[in-house]
Order: sequence, then structure tokens, then C-alpha cells
Amino acid sequence: MTTPVLNVSNLRKSFGEFTAVDDVSFNIMPGEILGLLGPNGAGKTTTMHMLLGLITPTSGSIRMFGMELATHREQILQQVNFSSTYISMPLALTVEENLWVVARLYGLPDIRRRVDDIVKKLEMEEFRQKITRKLSSGQMTRLTLAKAFLTEPKILFLDEPTASLDPDIAHKIRALLKEERRSSGLSILYTSHNMREMEEMSDRIIFLQRGKIVAEGTAQEIVTRFGQADLEDVFLKIARDSRL
Amino acid sequence: MKLHRIGALVARHLYLYRRSLPRIMEIFYWPFLDLVIWGFITLYLAKYQPQIPGFVTFFLGALILWDMLFRSQQGITISFLEELWARNLMNLFASPLTPGEFLSATIAMSIFKVTCVSIVMGVCAWLFYDYNVLVMGLWLLPFVLNLVVTGWSIGVFTTSLIMRFGQEAEVLAWSMVFLFQPISCVFYPLDVLPTWLKAVAWVNPAAHVFEGMRAVLSGSGSPVTNLIWACGLNGVMLLAMIAWFYKTFAHCKVQGSLVRVGE
Ligand SMILES: Nc1ncnc2c1ncn2[C@@H]1O[C@H](COP(=O)(O)OP(=O)(O)OP(=O)(O)O)[C@@H](O)[C@H]1O
Ligand SMILES: [Mg+2]
Repeated sequence: MTTPVLNVSNLRKSFGEFTAVDDVSFNIMPGEILGLLGPNGAGKTTTMHMLLGLITPTSGSIRMFGMELATHREQILQQVNFSSTYISMPLALTVEENLWVVARLYGLPDIRRRVDDIVKKLEMEEFRQKITRKLSSGQMTRLTLAKAFLTEPKILFLDEPTASLDPDIAHKIRALLKEERRSSGLSILYTSHNMREMEEMSDRIIFLQRGKIVAEGTAQEIVTRFGQADLEDVFLKIARDSRL
Repeated sequence: MKLHRIGALVARHLYLYRRSLPRIMEIFYWPFLDLVIWGFITLYLAKYQPQIPGFVTFFLGALILWDMLFRSQQGITISFLEELWARNLMNLFASPLTPGEFLSATIAMSIFKVTCVSIVMGVCAWLFYDYNVLVMGLWLLPFVLNLVVTGWSIGVFTTSLIMRFGQEAEVLAWSMVFLFQPISCVFYPLDVLPTWLKAVAWVNPAAHVFEGMRAVLSGSGSPVTNLIWACGLNGVMLLAMIAWFYKTFAHCKVQGSLVRVGE
């Protein structure tokens, strides 16, 4: 049996009285794409931020590559990266300068080749010299994806990565993610509010609601278990039940 | 501590300076303007107050030294604000970068700014007022070093406050040093302060530096005692502020506010 690259057990985060993430446990295997699904405020982003060491958990443990995040932060974060539609990069630098800074931050060798590669892969040639301030929101998303790919992570955390992309680019990004997973065994934790994308991308889905895992399995398994036609209907059922 | 990560942050800030006029002005134009205004005031006062000996020397020397402290603090705090404004803190702290490396990079930027500003002010004072900062001789070096370190302490302190309290605290980046100015005795001796304020000023390392500066300029003694006090207080203050920065950083990660500052 292969060992998981990421192991989360009994993770909990409270902000004062309010519990945003409640006793969450899961694994991610090498090369696996795990979808994190749930209504607004379910705790998806909070979970990801804990995995990135940006938020300190109230209790529970996070292990990656067999190491505890709390004690091996540098070694772990060197091998992971993240992207989200909602993050930004320094606006006064050009796209290429931003990528160079990231490459240096992670101490990458052979920076010029890597930057060229990633720019080509994400079709960023026509704006690579542009000041980041002048990018459209979709171009910005591509830049933040490029910074995540640039460091060749073993685990990628993607928080709604395709939310602002046009269908053509979104399709290409999904193809790229699947290709990276196939060729280099990249593991991905993914959130999205696009149910079709979730079904297409995820090997396995975890359904979060008010910080708790309420369902887990392949998209097909979850759909069958809830006796619905598709994932969207499952989502609507769970989300509406919880709002009653 | 990994040098390449500190280097990456420094490079990121230097990229900013490469094409930003306001940021270049901050280094070259404002210190120059400061010097021009205060220089004229000094000349004017000197004309009517000939009984205070070496007036120009005191005033311009004090002004230049004070600016070192100010720019040193700005180098730290503004570097943090740049990341805040760019919403880049999340990218940085989800990378292997440590808070200590982050602080080191801001300190490197502070040294860069202070070096540029001192050259500008030193040269201008010499060209326009025929004033040579080097009249302080070799003492100038320990004076400047101490003031720069005081600037770091105030800078790290201000940065922690902004990190903790967010946008509302941003204005402290410019106003905090002026809270320290009256008790730094930049333009007047410690003696003129009321007794209770004297006690407060006494724990401020900058006050000892300026006392020392006056001693050297008036030729009334050696500033060694002042410098020993300044060094000791600086060491304690800087360590305390760095410890407080780490504490604030950890607190923000618990509150979940590190990813939200600036929003
Ligand atoms: N720093 C914080 N302080 C207090 N409450 C917080 C903080 N961060 C998040 N929360 C709360 O925790 C809950 C989970 O938020 P989170 O951002 O993880 O949700 P999400 O699943 O990502 O939702 P969305 O789909 O809207 O992105 C929300 O109710 C939010 O208000
Ligand atoms: Mg979210």
C-alpha cells in the first residue's frame, strides 16, 4: 500500500465561539485529485489556509510527506504551492519579474528555462512583459497558477482556480492539471463551485458542511448514496437542508 | 536563515524602485527638500543668534542624523506595507520564507535607504551650506549605526502594530517616529526637558546619541559614555521588539488575520 502524501486528522479550527472546521480527517494519495465541496462558509478556504501554515489549527494534526507541518514548515512548504482566483501578486512588477521573484524565493535552479516553460504552457507569451496591474482578472489567475506550477510542487492547493477563466482557458488548465498529475504524480486538493468541473476533475470528493465532513467518496458514489440525479442536486439538497 | 529567500525579497523591492517615481522621490527628493528648508531656517536664525556658537553645525548635523533614524524606520515599515498593499503576504508566508528572513529583508532595505539618503544629504549639505557632516569625525560612524538600530526597533514595533490592527494602523508608518522625536532630544539638550520626561527620554537610545553628538560638536567632552548607553539600550530594545513581532505574527495566525490584513 502506498502512503498518503497528505494526512489530516481531527483538524479543528475555532474563531472564538464559532467553529469553522470541525474534526476533519482525510488523506490524499500521490497523484490523487481530491475535491473539497461545500456551500459558502463551509470551511474550505480555512482548511486550505491551515494546510499552508497561514492559520494555526485549534487542534488536530497535519502531516505531509511524513512530516508534521507544525515542526517541519520549511521542508513541507518548499514542496507545495497554491493558487486561487482571490489572490494577487505585486501589481507594480511585470509578470516575468513576479515569476523570477517566486523562483528565487523557492531557490529554484535554472530559472530562465523554468519561466520560459511555464509561460509557454499557460499561453502567457503575449502578456509576460506587461505590468501586472494591467492584467485582466483571467490573466491574473493564470499568473497565480503559473507561480504555483513554477516551483514544481508535489501537492497543489487550488481554491476556486478557474472561477474567472473563460471556458477555453479553463478547459486548458484542467487538461494541464490532469497531465501534470499523470506525468509527475502531482497531488491536488481542489475547491470549486462548478459541479461539472468537480465531477470531471476529482478522483474523490469530500463534502463539507458547517465545518464537518458530511459525505465522502467518488462523485458517483455520493450521487448514488443521496439518491440524486447528479452532484449539483446532491449539493442543493445538502445546502438547503442545512439552511432550514 | 536562507540567503536566497532574503535576496528574493530584496530583488522584489528593487524592481519596485526601478520604475516608480514616488518611491525614488522618497529616497532623493524629500530628504533634499528637508535639508533645504531647515538649512535656510538655520542660516536665518544664525544671523540673529550669533551668541549660540556653532548653531549651523548643531542644527544641520542633528537634522541629518535624525533623518537617518527616520529612513531606517521607514525602510522596515514601508517594505511591510508594500507587501500589504500588494496583498502579497499570503504568497510569502505560504512559501518556506520564515518571519526572521522577512525581517532580515526589511532590514536590508532599510540599510539601502539609509545609505542613499545619507549620501544625498551629506553631499547637499556640503554643496549648499558648505557644511561637512564629517566634522564629527570618526564618531559619526557609531552615532549613525546606533540611530539606524533605533530606527529598526521603531520600524519593527510599528510593523507589528499594523499587522495586528490592520489598515487603521497604517498611518503609524509615518507618525510613529515623531512620537519619539521630542524624547530623542534632537535639537535641544536633555537638560531642557521637565524631570519626568527626562526619565522617559533617558531610556531612548537616540537621546544618548544626540547628547553625544552635542558633546563632540561643542568639543566639551568624549561621547563614550553616551555611546555605551545607546548601544546597551538599543540591544535591549531591538531584541524586545523582534520578540514582540514574533508574538504578534503567531497571534495573527491563530486569529486567522494574517491572510486578511489589508482587506
Ligand atoms: N479569521 C476569521 N475570523 C473569524 N471567522 C472566520 C475567519 N476566517 C473564516 N471565518 C469563518 O469561518 C467560516 C468558514 O469560512 P471559509 O472561508 O473557510 O469558507 P469557504 O468554505 O471557503 O466558503 P466560500 O465557498 O464562500 O469560499 C465562515 O463562516 C467564516 O465567516
Ligand atoms: Mg473559500
